[in-house]
Amino acid sequence: MTRQLLWRLLTSIPVLLGVLLVGFLMLQVIPTDPATIIAGPSGTAAEIEDIRRQLGLDAPIMMQFWFYLLRVMQGDLGRSIINNAPVASELVTALGPTIELMVASLIWAVPLGILLGTLAAMRRGQVFDRAVTALSVAGVSVPAFWVGLLLLQFAAFRWQLFPLQGRGGPLWTLNGLHHVALPALTLGLIFIGPVARMTRTAVVEVLGADFIRTARAKGASEFRVVTRHALRTALIPVVTLIGLQIGSLLGGAVIAETIFGWPGIGRLAVGSIVSSDFPMAQGCILVLACGFIVVNFVVDALYGLLDPRIRSKVR
Amino acid sequence: MTPDVPLIEVRGLRVGFHTSGGTVAAVDDVDFSVRTGETLAIVGESGSGKSVMSLSLLRLVPSAITSGEILFHGEDLLAKPAHAMRDIRGGRIGMIFQEPNTSLNPVQTIGDQIVEAIQLHEAVGKAAARARAVEVLELTGIPSPKARMRSYPHELSGGMRQRAMIAMALACRPELLIADEPTTALDVTVQAQILDLMRELKANSGAAIILITHDLGVVAEMADRVAVMYAGRIVEIAPVTDLFDGPEHPYTIGLLSSMPSIDGDSDTLTPIEGSMPDPLALPAGCRFQPRCPFAIKRCAVEAPPLETVRPGHLSACWRAPLLETLTRGGQQ
Ligand SMILES: Nc1ncnc2c1ncn2[C@@H]1O[C@H](COP(=O)(O)OP(=O)(O)O)[C@@H](O)[C@H]1O
Ligand code: SF4
Ligand SMILES: [Mg+2]
Repeated sequence: MTRQLLWRLLTSIPVLLGVLLVGFLMLQVIPTDPATIIAGPSGTAAEIEDIRRQLGLDAPIMMQFWFYLLRVMQGDLGRSIINNAPVASELVTALGPTIELMVASLIWAVPLGILLGTLAAMRRGQVFDRAVTALSVAGVSVPAFWVGLLLLQFAAFRWQLFPLQGRGGPLWTLNGLHHVALPALTLGLIFIGPVARMTRTAVVEVLGADFIRTARAKGASEFRVVTRHALRTALIPVVTLIGLQIGSLLGGAVIAETIFGWPGIGRLAVGSIVSSDFPMAQGCILVLACGFIVVNFVVDALYGLLDPRIRSKVR
Repeated sequence: MTPDVPLIEVRGLRVGFHTSGGTVAAVDDVDFSVRTGETLAIVGESGSGKSVMSLSLLRLVPSAITSGEILFHGEDLLAKPAHAMRDIRGGRIGMIFQEPNTSLNPVQTIGDQIVEAIQLHEAVGKAAARARAVEVLELTGIPSPKARMRSYPHELSGGMRQRAMIAMALACRPELLIADEPTTALDVTVQAQILDLMRELKANSGAAIILITHDLGVVAEMADRVAVMYAGRIVEIAPVTDLFDGPEHPYTIGLLSSMPSIDGDSDTLTPIEGSMPDPLALPAGCRFQPRCPFAIKRCAVEAPPLETVRPGHLSACWRAPLLETLTRGGQQ
């Protein structure tokens, strides 16, 4: 298990290198020349050439990549073209709110999805089951930005139940919760449908397993059969799903942060792309890629927790 | 409890399923009883309804339509509310399944699973339940039972898993043990060990056993009485020696004559020409009629009832008592 996790970490190094390379090449092919931008509209050709040399833009491209890697490893991701702020520190500032938003979304959406899916599985074929299926299909097909805009329009603007924009402080403060509510609702809604459906499928399948019959033959109640015996096994595919869905979660975060002015990585990414702030955009992409890797790592670790067969496979 | 009052008595048991092709009666009008301390073997080919029948005794067949009576100590299990049924399952009636590999929860330790069985039925603390669990594991002859408590099923061999299953089924000292092909999935030497274990446990506990098997060798070793099932019905039921010495039903005769030698492969019983009828298209009259070498006209029209041929020996055949009939026929 530990070896598996270490292996996962090792294999993520080429992934990160790839992301860095793509980001680096992106900077090469774009028509905008950073030196020209830094020099400003009044910059002379000599000044631009000077800046080029300073930035190392005159070296061979592989050397440039190598220098770039060295800088990244030292935590230097360059400076924003727009406001000259260090990219790394901007990213660190934005990372907190994004993690906060993710936590605030997942903490209710995943348990609720699992609960709905489990109840649907226990009442399969009945009205409740169909309602959950219909809702989760609707949840999957309705785009997140639309839900976000609706919430913004009604809950925040018309009825003034929630603040329109921004972050109100840490999650454990009332103001913080008040501000995070709508973006977290938007982002969480993306997740309920898939989680509920996957849970339902997995629980239905597990309920047909031989060991469930054994649990019933022991005299366990249906509630106990589901909570003690079925759910833990059924959660394995659900965890996989959450890992696979992390892409849509990050995409959703970009949308939710943009709509609700949440000062996170997603909004930073959109802003930097819109304003051609390439060092910043590249930094955001790097952070998102790291997010993927971390989530996959956590998913792998969760497998081991849920399933002793995996735990003992590689020690 | 007097020995002639049966521990469990099944009357007119029917278990049906709705399928896309119509309603299937996997068990059709079955009667039998088991006395305290007795071992009743139920034999028959695969698909004859043995598993459905044994599971339905504990009402463990999902989506089945069950009718008839299952009298346990004279009380009808089919009429009991769900919570009363749960007290009986695993408490007064224990069950062992065919597949030890899939019948144990893969993500719980053996210990936790046995402890759960105990605590579901007895108001004992965790520590006492664990001590009991170790005790029953020890009874099953598992090496180092204390260590096995912490093992997960995948860490054990098939034979050890089945021992753990048996420990779980016996943890609450049931009066009746239902074992559905407990040794079928095991290799031959382990089979013998598990059978020895069951015999020993039975001798010590005095529990009655309903042993489902398609292995006549197992029957000969274990059973006091035998019921032979064919296409959802019991076609013959008799004390074990009586059945082996003087089988009455043509199907039983076929089974016995095809009995493999002791070391032979006995995984499947396909002893007689032809195969079991499709449960959706059962023949009118006797269900064995299409394969029966002794069939007469009446057999295709009317189903034979299960009737006493000799004291304690019942057969569902129009030509019973077959031997006598045949001898008489030969003399004429
Ligand atoms: N859930 C079910 N739905 C429909 N038919 C079933 C179901 N379970 C069992 N059967 C049918 O019942 C019959 C008896 O099966 P089973 O009791 O497993 O036989 P055995 O244990 O003797 O091999 C078979 O024909 C099988 O197809
Ligand atoms: S009733 Fe007829 S067909 Fe059925 S077993 Fe007896 S002789 Fe054969
Ligand atoms: Mg079976």
